[in-house]
Amino acid sequence: MEFSFSDEQQVFRDMVRRFLEETSPTKEVRRLMDTEIGYDPAVWQRLSNELGLPGLHIPERFGGQGFGAVELGIVAEEMGRALLCAPFFSSAVLGTFAALNAASEAQREELLPDLAAGKKRITLAVAERSGSWQAADITTAARSAPSGSVLNGEKWFVIDGASADQLIVAAVDEHGIGLYLVDAAADGLNRIPLDTLDPTRKQARVVFSNVSAQRLGGASDATAALDRTVDQATIVLASEMVGGADHLVRSAVDYAQMRMQFGRVVGSFQAIKHKCADLVLEVELAKSAAYYAAEALAEDDPDVPALASLAKAAASAACLRAATDCIQIHGGIGFTWENDTHLYFKRAKASEMMLGDPVYHRERMLKNVGGLA
Amino acid sequence: MSEHNEQTVREEVRTWLAANWKPDQPLITWRTLLAESGWGMPTWPAQWYGKGYSMALGNAVLEEIQTAGAVGAAQAGVRMLAAATLLEHGSDAHKAKFLKSILTGEHNWCQLFSEPGSGSDLAGLTTRAELKDGKWVINGQKVWTTSAHHAQYGMLLARTDWDVPKHQGISYFILHMDQPGVEVRPLRQMNGHASFNEVFFTDAIVLPEFLVGERNGGWKIALTTLAHERRGADGVRSFARAEAGQGQVFDELREELAHVNEPYKWYPQRAGRVDLILERAKASGRITDPVIRQEIAELLIMARSSEWTARRARKAQVMGRPQGPEGSLGKLAASNVAKKAAHVHTLLAGADAMLKGSDGLMNGLISEILISVPAISIAGGTDEIQRNIISERVLGMPKEPRTDVDRPFRDVPRNPGKR
Ligand SMILES: Cc1cc2nc3c(=O)[nH]c(=O)nc-3n(C[C@H](O)[C@H](O)[C@H](O)COP(=O)(O)OP(=O)(O)OC[C@H]3O[C@@H](n4cnc5c(N)ncnc54)[C@H](O)[C@@H]3O)c2cc1C
Repeated sequence: MEFSFSDEQQVFRDMVRRFLEETSPTKEVRRLMDTEIGYDPAVWQRLSNELGLPGLHIPERFGGQGFGAVELGIVAEEMGRALLCAPFFSSAVLGTFAALNAASEAQREELLPDLAAGKKRITLAVAERSGSWQAADITTAARSAPSGSVLNGEKWFVIDGASADQLIVAAVDEHGIGLYLVDAAADGLNRIPLDTLDPTRKQARVVFSNVSAQRLGGASDATAALDRTVDQATIVLASEMVGGADHLVRSAVDYAQMRMQFGRVVGSFQAIKHKCADLVLEVELAKSAAYYAAEALAEDDPDVPALASLAKAAASAACLRAATDCIQIHGGIGFTWENDTHLYFKRAKASEMMLGDPVYHRERMLKNVGGLA
Repeated sequence: MSEHNEQTVREEVRTWLAANWKPDQPLITWRTLLAESGWGMPTWPAQWYGKGYSMALGNAVLEEIQTAGAVGAAQAGVRMLAAATLLEHGSDAHKAKFLKSILTGEHNWCQLFSEPGSGSDLAGLTTRAELKDGKWVINGQKVWTTSAHHAQYGMLLARTDWDVPKHQGISYFILHMDQPGVEVRPLRQMNGHASFNEVFFTDAIVLPEFLVGERNGGWKIALTTLAHERRGADGVRSFARAEAGQGQVFDELREELAHVNEPYKWYPQRAGRVDLILERAKASGRITDPVIRQEIAELLIMARSSEWTARRARKAQVMGRPQGPEGSLGKLAASNVAKKAAHVHTLLAGADAMLKGSDGLMNGLISEILISVPAISIAGGTDEIQRNIISERVLGMPKEPRTDVDRPFRDVPRNPGKR
């Protein structure tokens, strides 16, 4: 493990940060969260064309930049900091990793260049009513049909499910689990937007009645590909959360140094200073966990499943605490709609429950750490 | 009066109720009778709509009214804070002019204390009142004012002297809300409700007779209002059973409560809704999960013992005994319980915690808990301020050195003004 970013990675981070400061100020976030699709297609195009971010981790032979999980973690962290509203997590992370892990060579050649260029947005639909992302809980079924396959079932909590161009759907079939590509406009596919606590990331319920679909990869069980995809996405989500947490620490400390009560800045009260110190401790620990997990992923470490869960559990706790403390340090103003903290709070709360809650991830970490099973 | 004639008093109330209470009359007519008889507010002084009874005896009277199924005096909103303050510090003219319409429900009040620049440090307020041509002219801004948009009067704290230490230059006024110099704007909170307002004063006028107490003597009066607020003299109260009653009085009462209680409807959610935990645990099927069971048990232990602590405090108050530490702990305990409850509700909700509104659990009630709980550790004095109070006033630990009370307020560093 390197435990530090290279100069090139640092320059890359700065560039991404500047781009997001320009394109995703909270004024924009507030505008976009009230729109149906929840993102700005023009910014998505710039993010794809100028920075090539959706293809960052896609191999060059498929039109990507060929970078790894560490660079992807950097991008996610900066997006979390800026609370970017974009289909990055749904398409560049979930959809892209699913395609990379499960698709045949021919399918990759078909899908990845468009994903890398940001031309197509493909999300991944796994969870159903229970919210579980585990293969064993999937009931949506696929059966073979004369041309391709047919899907029946219902998916919940599909991120950007109402705006994606295509969906990769996890379904039960004769091989076990299969990942199926479907067109969002296909007959029999019905998408119903969900009213989400976090207005900055849209979700939908998607109902499939005899929807024609194309199976990704060969005729074998795709459970491992699915699990791998969820681990990868979990690590990216942890990176995004520590980015948000880092922003919240900064915001709390800045406010405490400006706000006066009793003739002094509130940041001069030990109660507030210690709160900030405890907070930065927890957030820095969570960052270390996210960085370590991203590096492990880049190096294809066999402990990735345990590390993904560790990083997610740590990031959930740190990010939620950062949001709660940031509200508290702002006092009454922190509870108003006008103040931006609640947007981060809601993102933190939703991310805490996305891809499995902290109880699940703590238990899963133990199960995957060697010797503790 | 002493306790031994409780029986006589109970009989007296019953006789009076039998003669006067009927559900088919205008609410105001009934409440006027109640106010003038003194039965509505039995612990108030006999010359001001009361009976001068002890709290215990007063409770006996209220019990009788409740047993009879009768409607009590208007108590909802912040009206009782105004009443308690005027009873203690108002002139006879103030009491004569304002108390009755508070009890009948004809007039609503609001509390114009907090400002954008001064919350925890309330005495650092900068709304100014200047005497011009025999009238007080008010300029400045208040915030977090509940019900300002349907209040006829406000209890206003404003600075009248900038050349003395902060607490000594504040005066307490009664402000008529319906005038051109007062502008009320709703303030939206992170949970989407707009229960509060910002109130702007631009040359608003207060007549000299509406100064309460002495000029520059407002701080000690404000402390009375705040003490009553802490004791929970305000808030959502009424005789629950009466709300389901039949007749004109009840129809009008329901209308009044819907109106006055509107800003408070999410308040139960900010306290964490511990009452829903077991129901939710069963509904979610997680009641058998040992991890969740531990969390629920911890929460219930915290919640029950906090409730019993609050009862200890109330009992001491009713018995007229000095309160121990238990009296100052309730606010902080409630805040801890609420945070823990939000955590447990999240675990019980699972992925559904990501949804709100009609897609959310219990039609959005659970998500409302999650995004309302952050208020409880801020409203009515932050957790940090509660800890200062507990350590300094209850435990007698030394106060932090202060640099804001030893000099003219003019010279105390403060937040830049904003409008
Ligand atoms: C939902 C809600 C309802 C409210 N209702 C009302 C109402 O009905 N009427 C009304 O008048 N006001 C009301 N308020 C305002 C509330 O009383 C203030 O928000 C609160 O007192 C804190 O003040 P502030 O917001 O100015 O924060 P600040 O005082 O600026 O506090 C900022 C931070 O500094 C900390 N801090 C400040 N001083 C100290 C200290 N000495 N030591 C350690 N830490 C310190 C605080 O704890 C906080 O974390 C309400 C607020 C909310 C959120």
